[in-house]
Amino acid sequence: METDVRDEKNGHKQPSNNKNEVVIAIKGLKKSFGSKDVLKDINLEIKRSENVVVLGRSGTGKSVTIQCIVGLLKPDGGSLKVFGDEVAEMDDKELKQLRIRIGFLFQSGALYDSMTVRENLEFPLTRILKLTDQQEIDKRVEEALESVGLLDAIDKMPSDLSGGMRKRAGLARTIIVKPEIILYDEPTTGLDPITSREISGLILTIQKKYKTSSLIITHDMECARLAADRILIMEDGKYIAEGSFDELHQSDNKIVASFFKDIL
Amino acid sequence: MAEEAIIPGWKRWLEGVGDQVTFFFKFFRNIFAGGFEWSEFVRQCYEIGYRSMMLVGITSFIMGVVLILQLRPTLVAFGAASMLPRTLAVSFVREIGPVIIGIICAGKIASSIGAELGSMKVTEQLDAMEVSGANPLQYLVVTRILATTVMIPILSIIGDVIGLFGGFLALNLRDSMSYQLYFTKVVGSIDFTDFVPALVKTVFFGFAIGFVGCYKGFHSNKGTESVGIAANSAVVTASLWIFVIDAIAVQITSLLFY
Repeated sequence: METDVRDEKNGHKQPSNNKNEVVIAIKGLKKSFGSKDVLKDINLEIKRSENVVVLGRSGTGKSVTIQCIVGLLKPDGGSLKVFGDEVAEMDDKELKQLRIRIGFLFQSGALYDSMTVRENLEFPLTRILKLTDQQEIDKRVEEALESVGLLDAIDKMPSDLSGGMRKRAGLARTIIVKPEIILYDEPTTGLDPITSREISGLILTIQKKYKTSSLIITHDMECARLAADRILIMEDGKYIAEGSFDELHQSDNKIVASFFKDIL
Repeated sequence: MAEEAIIPGWKRWLEGVGDQVTFFFKFFRNIFAGGFEWSEFVRQCYEIGYRSMMLVGITSFIMGVVLILQLRPTLVAFGAASMLPRTLAVSFVREIGPVIIGIICAGKIASSIGAELGSMKVTEQLDAMEVSGANPLQYLVVTRILATTVMIPILSIIGDVIGLFGGFLALNLRDSMSYQLYFTKVVGSIDFTDFVPALVKTVFFGFAIGFVGCYKGFHSNKGTESVGIAANSAVVTASLWIFVIDAIAVQITSLLFY
């Protein structure tokens, strides 16, 4: 297995190119809110450059899983390792370093309202990567916006963008720091079928271009079909089925079949 | 049974107090954490200070006019009409100006900060900032609290000057007093013990307005109605804190100077 090497400038680990490297390893993850057990026994491994889609009904704990991965929520039990390190045992500094290596695309895009698209993209470059060279910043902003086809909207405010454009801008802000893992929280929810397909295509393009591993939470079967290397079905705080789109399509399990009933 | 009903209420209250104390220490820790957001601080000073100037100016002017019109009959009845500039100056600079401006700013600024941060929470912008590795406390909270702490005293001084000018115009509606004589009387009647304690308490007013606005916004729930609740709660709590700080400040000033 290749060892990680520290980037002298940023202090980050350089990504390994080993495709068998497990970047996220979850074993027996548990999380409760009051008396409600949201995650009961989550087991998951994601390898480098792999796109994993999690399908499940609302309220089954899909978003809670990815919030545990970035340390927004603390699990009640089990093990959650990212790049080999236990997230629950990280201090603030280690968590910050980890978050630089993980991108998170929120359902709404979560663009900062008071900033233009350009300022939204500059924010992680100046605050997190501490870049000071304006030419380098401009180049990276334009490159990220070009990747998502949104260069024309560079000086627009988030309120002037459509839902699909906000998702694209959010995606550009996520990829601008070149994360090794991207977590997508329902990336196509609320979009029309054409825009949904464009976003799904972008997820695939980004995986190929930046060699990112992705965990995609979605209800959108078209997104799952286009973007997934592997699909997991979540029900009642556990994964009940795993496989490729075609394998799960043939499943006899009633819950799994219910997701595929409208697919020809 | 009654105990069971009361204990959770107290528990929630104590949890709230604990949260506020933790938030207070986090704020101080983040001031000195390095990487101070100067550009955001300046932007907030502009938003909080400059954009509140018109409201503070109009309110102070009207208060100056009204106070002179209200005081005049009583002082004239005692044959003390010449005391009008001095009475207005002392009451306005010591008490009425800072408190009225504090309350006006609590309504405008604390609600605006509470609503802004509350809506950022609802739309996952706070989470987005946190998971990106940036520090929302340093960028959003430290800058806003320091901006209100700096700008409220400045607004208060501006409000005092405009209020006293309003008093001059009101005085000249019925009587005739020159500009020079009025302001000589005003300046002559205000000393260190009137001006400095009043200015110091506006620093605390500013801190309370920023702190309450940020705390309420940062700790709002994730629903659209929470934004309204955060804004409303920020105004009520900040206004209450202004009166509490004022009461404490009066006691301390009395002990030290009178």
